[in-house]
Parts: sequence; C-alpha cells; structure tokens
Amino acid sequence: MTENKNFNKIVHLSFPPTVSGRPVICNLGKLYNLSFNILKADINPRHEGSMTLEIMGPEEEFHKGLNYIKENGIKVIPVTQKISRDEESCMHCGMCLAMCPTGALSLDMDTRKVLFELDKCTACGMCTKVCPVNAMENDPQEKENRTT
Amino acid sequence: MAKTFEVNKTIKEINERIKNGKAVVVNAEEMVEIVRSKGKVEAAKEIDVVTTGTFSPMCSSGLLFNIGQEPPTMKTSEVWLNNVPCYAGIAAADSYIGVTEPAEDDPLNKVYPGRFAYGGGHVIEDLIAGKTVRLKAKAYGTDCYPRKEIEKDITLKDLPNAIMLNPRNCYQNYNCAVNMTSRTIYTYMGPLKANQRNANYATAGQLSPLFNDPYLKTIGLGTRIFLAGAKGYVIGAGTQHVKNPARNERGIPLGGSGTLMIKGNLEGMDPRYFRGLSFQGYGCTASVGIGIPIPILNEEMAWFTGVSDADIQMPVKDYGYDYPNGIGRALAHVTFEELKSGEITVNGKVIPTVPMTSHVMSLEIADKLKSWIQKGDFLLTEPVEEIEST
Ligand code: SF4
Ligand code: SF4
Repeated sequence: MTENKNFNKIVHLSFPPTVSGRPVICNLGKLYNLSFNILKADINPRHEGSMTLEIMGPEEEFHKGLNYIKENGIKVIPVTQKISRDEESCMHCGMCLAMCPTGALSLDMDTRKVLFELDKCTACGMCTKVCPVNAMENDPQEKENRTT
Repeated sequence: MAKTFEVNKTIKEINERIKNGKAVVVNAEEMVEIVRSKGKVEAAKEIDVVTTGTFSPMCSSGLLFNIGQEPPTMKTSEVWLNNVPCYAGIAAADSYIGVTEPAEDDPLNKVYPGRFAYGGGHVIEDLIAGKTVRLKAKAYGTDCYPRKEIEKDITLKDLPNAIMLNPRNCYQNYNCAVNMTSRTIYTYMGPLKANQRNANYATAGQLSPLFNDPYLKTIGLGTRIFLAGAKGYVIGAGTQHVKNPARNERGIPLGGSGTLMIKGNLEGMDPRYFRGLSFQGYGCTASVGIGIPIPILNEEMAWFTGVSDADIQMPVKDYGYDYPNGIGRALAHVTFEELKSGEITVNGKVIPTVPMTSHVMSLEIADKLKSWIQKGDFLLTEPVEEIEST
C-alpha cells in the first residue's frame, strides 16, 4: 500500500444514453499519466452503457482522472460494490485465501471463519474463480439475471 | 493378548443411557481438554460418546437411484440428470451418478483453467434441496422393455429409490500440497501458486472421525453415522483403504491410509451438508458432511479421542512435479497445529497455509450429532464386521 507509482484500481462506470464513453476514456491516457485496461464493456448507442475499467498509474493522477470522468457526466461506481459474498452459500472452507492478493479475505484464528473486508478488496476477481461454490460474486447485477 | 481395562462399558449400556437422557456426550474438540486435565481413566468414566465431524471435498461419492417405470416399460441404457451422464449398466431403471462427472457439454479444460460449473455433485445437491431436475434416458428397446426414450422433470420425491453410496470417504490423514514448479497449477487440492507460495491442506484435524479412532476399533460395517444431515451407515472399508500404515507413537497414520465406504438415504438430507463443488482447472466434486460417534468403551478409547492437532502429522508433497510423476516423497512432515497457525516452514522456506476443509462446518456437524444423541434421537450401533487396521 506504500508504493504510489503502481496504484491500480478497478472502477465501474455507468454512461447516460447521451454520453459516448470512448473519447473520455481515451483521454485518460492522453491527459493524465495513466494506463488502463477495459475489462468489460457494454455500450449501445441510445442506451445506458457500462464499463469496468482497470486503471494504473500514480495515485494522484488516478484521482484527477476520475474527476475528469465525472465532470463528463459519467457515473463512477467504486468497484468495491461489485464484489460481494453470498453469506448463505459461503461454507468457510478457506480455499479463496490462497489467491487474495490484498488480504481482504482472511482467517479469523479464533472462530476459524473466513472474513471478507470489503474496503481492502480491489475487485481483482481471483476469489470468484477459486471459490468452489461460487459464493464470491463478481457482479451482483449479473446474479439477478441468472436463473436456474 | 486381550487387554484389560479399568473402565469397561458396552454399546448396549451406552444406548440405555442415551435412551434415559443420561449419556454424557462431548465433541472431539472438547474431549482434548477433558483427557488432558482429568486423564484417560477419569475421562472414560465420565464421557460416554465423543462426536466427530468433517466437511471436506470427497470425490468418491455418488447417488444410486431408480427412476421407476412409466408404461411402456423401459430398460435404460443411457441416462442423464440435468445433462450430467449417469452410469446405467445395471438393472432396468437403476443408475448411478458420481459427483465428479461434469455436464455433457462442459468445455472442461479447453479454456484453461476450466470452471467446471455443474456436475454430478451439483445434481445431488439440487435433488436434496427439492429442486426440479431434468431426467433424460435412452434405450435400445426389448420385448419386455419396449420404450426407447423418456424425458421429464423430476424431483427427489419422484424417485422410488435414492441412496447415497460413496465408495471412499473420510480419508484418514492426507497430504499437504505445495507446488515447486514455476507456474501456478490447478489441482484437486485447489490452486497452488508457483514456488511454494501456498500450502493447501485438508481434513478436520482433531475433529476428524478417523483420527479419533485410528485403529478403527469402534467403526465397522454397520456403524450408524451422520451423513449430510440424515442418518447413514458405514458399510465397510473404502477403496484404497490401507490397513497397516506407518504410524506415530500415538497410532496416528503418517499419511493417507484408512477410508470408509458409506451409504444413506437421500431423503432427509440437508443441502447445507452436501455441496456440489467446482474446482478451477480440475473438475467437479462435492463436499460431504460426515459425523461419526465414538463410544468411549474404555480408557483406551478416551485416550484416542483425546487426540489434539499437535499430535497429527501430515506429509508435505510437491504436486507440481512429484505427484503427477508418481514420486511419493514427502518434503517434510508438519503438524496439524502448525498448518492451522497460518504458515509452515519447509526446508527453511515459510509458506502460508490454506485450509480446504471447513472447520466451522465440521464443528457444526459434530455438535449436531451431539445434540441428536443427547435428545435420544440417535442410538449407537455395534459393528457387524470390523475394518482391518493395525
Ligand atoms: S472459497 Fe468460497 S466458500 Fe470457501 S471460504 Fe472462500 S468464499 Fe467461502
Ligand atoms: S476480488 Fe477477491 S481476491 Fe480480489 S481482492 Fe477482492 S476479495 Fe481479494
């Protein structure tokens, strides 16, 4: 958490139907000292669009860039809201602990329960692939659409 | 040869006490302290039953089921439940579905590491949960069984018979897995990062059934157990059972050894204690909840059930190169207590440990079995036949 240079965060963006996101996003690289990866994009003309973006660069630049996005009418949803744990489903086995790079998932040594601390989570998504019962959900919206 | 004991109880006597609501029952974790503080003889006098529990991936599990007949009659030769293939090479309407069988259209490891989203274990979990499952079957047709296909929605209630039948459960001890190669690998012990950056381990340690009766003195064919929330039975040694493993001074095997074959009716099971699993890059399997009551017949059984995590040693093995090449070497032995502490040291390298067996659920199972016995809802059985273990 000390190195500012390699700040790396995933954000979820929501575009109103009137805004086309592409130029704004491209400017992140041009106007600021940032690079980015588009992890997921769902953009249709005349419809609300959404995009999940991994942004890398110095922390200061990241905040400036984020303000720039907001000024352009794009809603920024911190991705911490995008990872959740299905408490009913989690069986506290601990398998996800191996892959969590931030310590957001940890083991309570007294209760032997697996703790999930949202504020430490960067939504890297590793746990969602490892969890054998799919208790770590990457995208709650996706979950609502899924029927069995 | 026959040992004499200071304390001598029979299962019949213990059952009488259970029926009268007088039996003293503790879980295997509580027993550690009791034996430590009071000694085995006092503990044996005081305690009647110790309950164990485990909730672990157990790949050798499945469901034997009969779909009934709906005229015209049918001798099924190919059967699917929710598109997961079943084995149908038995009598007309019987089939078996194993937990590791993936759905027929699963992409497997074509996109590596595969997800294995749905398989036999998930089908069984769905049935236990009362969900609707799609049954599809084909046949070649005979004079006595003319029907050639059937496809319909069923639930557990529509199956005349549904019996969980697990060829190998409750492994007594297991390997702790590390990866000494330079790339992440995906195994039945979970994902193992390169250069030994995690050590994955299973079993419920001091709560685990076969650590509490290491010579299987009280567990045999006919032993009634907690199986996935209902009553089930041990029906003998499981496949790959090793009867004479190397042991430590306390009798605890130093590697994978004893196993049990288990059966039980699906009806009455609770989906909380049976979960279909998807292991990234490896395949489908299931976690099975099993609790075994150990009758404290004498001070020897009190001593055995007093086993603590510190008394259990596990071999650390390399799953990157050694395991796939059939090399059995153990890099080290570590105690279960060390594994639970969060890190182990192997040849000078500190490795974070990752559990695969839910301790929370294992304890819940031991406590549930304890409450069944305390309420008189669960009586112990005398094994009809021993399982060899020396
Ligand atoms: S791997 Fe899944 S079930 Fe296991 S502790 Fe993590 S979130 Fe819970
Ligand atoms: S997404 Fe999962 S693995 Fe990644 S930081 Fe968050 S909790 Fe940890």
